[in-house]
Amino acid sequence: MILCEADFAIKGLVNYQMFGHTFWLTSTHVSMIIVTVVLLIFAFAANRCMKKAKDVPTGFQNVVEIIVEMLGNMVKTNMKQPKKFMNYIGTLFLFILICNLSGLLGLRGPTADYGVTLCLGLITFCLIQYNGIKCQKAGHFKALFEPIPLFFPINLIGEIATPISLSLRLFANMLAGTIIMALWYGLIPLVVVKLGIPAFLHAYLDLFSGCIQTYVFCMLTMVYVDDKM
Amino acid sequence: MGISGQDLIYACSAIGAGLAMIAGIGPGVGQGIAAGHGASAVGRNPGAKGDITTTMLLGQAVAETTGLYGLVVAFILMFVKPFS
Repeated sequence: MILCEADFAIKGLVNYQMFGHTFWLTSTHVSMIIVTVVLLIFAFAANRCMKKAKDVPTGFQNVVEIIVEMLGNMVKTNMKQPKKFMNYIGTLFLFILICNLSGLLGLRGPTADYGVTLCLGLITFCLIQYNGIKCQKAGHFKALFEPIPLFFPINLIGEIATPISLSLRLFANMLAGTIIMALWYGLIPLVVVKLGIPAFLHAYLDLFSGCIQTYVFCMLTMVYVDDKM
Repeated sequence: MGISGQDLIYACSAIGAGLAMIAGIGPGVGQGIAAGHGASAVGRNPGAKGDITTTMLLGQAVAETTGLYGLVVAFILMFVKPFS
């Protein structure tokens, strides 16, 4: 039989009891801890580098400046108050990007777990509502009844669908990538097909798709938040 | 030939997963239209290639969403097996 066991499921590593429920520490947590540690090391290195920054940047300082400049330009061209949201968008961008790219290192990408992406979507949802109430006051709720009060249910569903569609988009893309890679590695017990071809699959599914989805997630977050301001 | 109820459910789940992936038609058409218009826009104004490419990719990624909903349904039917 050609079909081997394709291995792409989230694996539970340690379980513990709390409040009468069983909780699992899964491979997603491990991957997320690794991603966070990588980002922290990068942050400390960048901080140390920028403390003794030179006028003419060299080496690592160049990399940090490119990243900050790129993120800054992205936020500036899309938002009315870029200063307020640069931190959040930058954090989101780097986190999702490293999560998506972690599939290259053999980890199971944290963004291929709906728990992670739904959390990211809900944070965005809270940000949208908070800014809407803060900037438009009562107009934020009045917008639900426009153009006529009959449209209230549709507008409400539209509001609630925002985080769901945002998170499902990222989740489904990364899950599809993870499953296709797992099928390719596990499906055919032939060494020859695992030599060069996975490189192309990784390049498309992890690199290209991951970068595009990161950009789309940040872009849509900015557009949604900016709409309410 | 003994087909148990469980087997029938698995078979119907597989057929349902295949039917759910018909959703892939929509994004295919949409992305093709977006790419075609992007290409003609680059032909008219080659200077704005960067902006056009960015906008096109963003629109395509958003258009992809409905297809991905179908994909999620298919995955759930195939691997989560909610009806067994």
